[in-house]
Amino acid sequence: MVEALQFEFMRNALMAGLLASILCGIMGTLVVVNRIVFLSGGIAHAAYGGIGLAFYFGWPFLAGTIGFSLASALLMAAVTLKARHRADTIIGVVWAVGMAVGIILLDLTPGYNVDLMSYLFGSILTVPRSDLWMMVAIGILISALVGIYYKDLLALSYDEEFARIRGVPVTLLYFTLIALLAVTIVLVIQVVGLILVIALLTIPPFIIEKHARSLAQMMVGSSILGALFTITGLGLSYTYDLTSGASIILVAGVVFFLFLLLEQILLRFHKKPLP
Amino acid sequence: MTMTPPIVDIKDVTFAYNGQTVLRNIDLEIVEGDFIAMIGPNGGGKTTLLKLILGLLKPDAGTIRVMGQPAIKAAPQIGYVPQDVHINRSFPITAIDVVKMGLLAPRRRWRPRASQDRRKAMAALDRLDAAPLANSKMGTLSGGQRQRVFIARALSAGPRLMLLDEPTASIDPQGRADFYKLLETLNQDVAILVVSHDLLTISRYAKSVACVNRQLHYHHQAEITGEMLEAMYPGTPQESCPVELVAHGLPHRVLKDHTRE
Repeated sequence: MVEALQFEFMRNALMAGLLASILCGIMGTLVVVNRIVFLSGGIAHAAYGGIGLAFYFGWPFLAGTIGFSLASALLMAAVTLKARHRADTIIGVVWAVGMAVGIILLDLTPGYNVDLMSYLFGSILTVPRSDLWMMVAIGILISALVGIYYKDLLALSYDEEFARIRGVPVTLLYFTLIALLAVTIVLVIQVVGLILVIALLTIPPFIIEKHARSLAQMMVGSSILGALFTITGLGLSYTYDLTSGASIILVAGVVFFLFLLLEQILLRFHKKPLP
Repeated sequence: MTMTPPIVDIKDVTFAYNGQTVLRNIDLEIVEGDFIAMIGPNGGGKTTLLKLILGLLKPDAGTIRVMGQPAIKAAPQIGYVPQDVHINRSFPITAIDVVKMGLLAPRRRWRPRASQDRRKAMAALDRLDAAPLANSKMGTLSGGQRQRVFIARALSAGPRLMLLDEPTASIDPQGRADFYKLLETLNQDVAILVVSHDLLTISRYAKSVACVNRQLHYHHQAEITGEMLEAMYPGTPQESCPVELVAHGLPHRVLKDHTRE
């Protein structure tokens, strides 16, 4: 595995994976504690509509995708805030329609065929340096915002109503959170693919949640765990010549199920006898 | 005759949700030293009334003044203990961090005062004999311990009024009496409005009773009468009486004989 690092593409892949782990560790923690995993899935899939728009109208790629994702994300956020019981349905609709719009628009775009597979699984082995810098920039932005508004984000995530009473600008903060999430997802998808983004957003935070004592610990722990999955997955994919994104996800998935199993065993072992 | 203005002054308030009237023509004053038990059937509008007082909802008609201000402005000066059931139990947070949330305030965001916040939060926990729980994760606490933490959070900023929404729902029956005794002690400095279904227990500690079922009936004594039960929980007394009422304590204080003419 170590000799693999003599190739620049492997070093870039590793850097991309680590940066994605950090971004997803921070945002994923907020996603998991706010129970907006489904909304994140909606953002990630609807973003494909943005790709279609960008190609069809010949817009700059990033502007098109981020614009479309922001619009769909904020629409879904508004529904979650106003009508919680309807939210999952609306998200499902935006999810499906966004994806379909993207595919149809790409069909209609002459002479160009974006590979759906590379959108789903990314191409971590061909990440250009410019994408790495972009991830560094968004990472700094997210860390700064989360650091400044940490107490408010904590209050919002733990008990929204109480936060509102204490004068936290809940609505503004929630929309900002969703907008940041949309930007993160779109940028990271380009690098590592949609499926890996969802996996890194959910699996490490879920495993860490029960063992962390604070949101900050959960963010750091999730980032480290995500990084371990990435390194192990890339190593396996190099050694056995497997698809890199899928290898990382499988490593994460195996650890996830082992963890659940271990927890069940420990629970049984520690169960106190009834009085 | 007291000349101090009421903490909460609700005048002729009506609130509808999706075209259905939830509360109609509500009048209520809460003054210094009050300990009001709010009872009534589920869906009768109790939680809605709390949210109106906190400014989370706006009345369709009538006015709500809290400490002489519009409700939403005064909300940070009220200690609120929400229903426990809405809160994610596996959330990674310790008791002390929950209490510190009560110290968040508008326009204080930019000044870090971590050590002062910690001291205030510890003092609030200590007041509830919950200081040893400070560094425990919320998920590991019992229902009663969690409630103490939520009350400490509500108390941390030194409110004049505390609103509690079914605080005993996750506490076992033995713990409930202790819990109300605790509220009685706190009531020496803070006015209390508590939503409760423990009719018997609450009648021993509260000073007055507000029955809410779309309308509000205020009783200056904490006496739960047969007529009140009848009005609140329609049906015969036998059907409407929770078993608990008959089983514990002093039934004659709870169910007065119906007056016959």
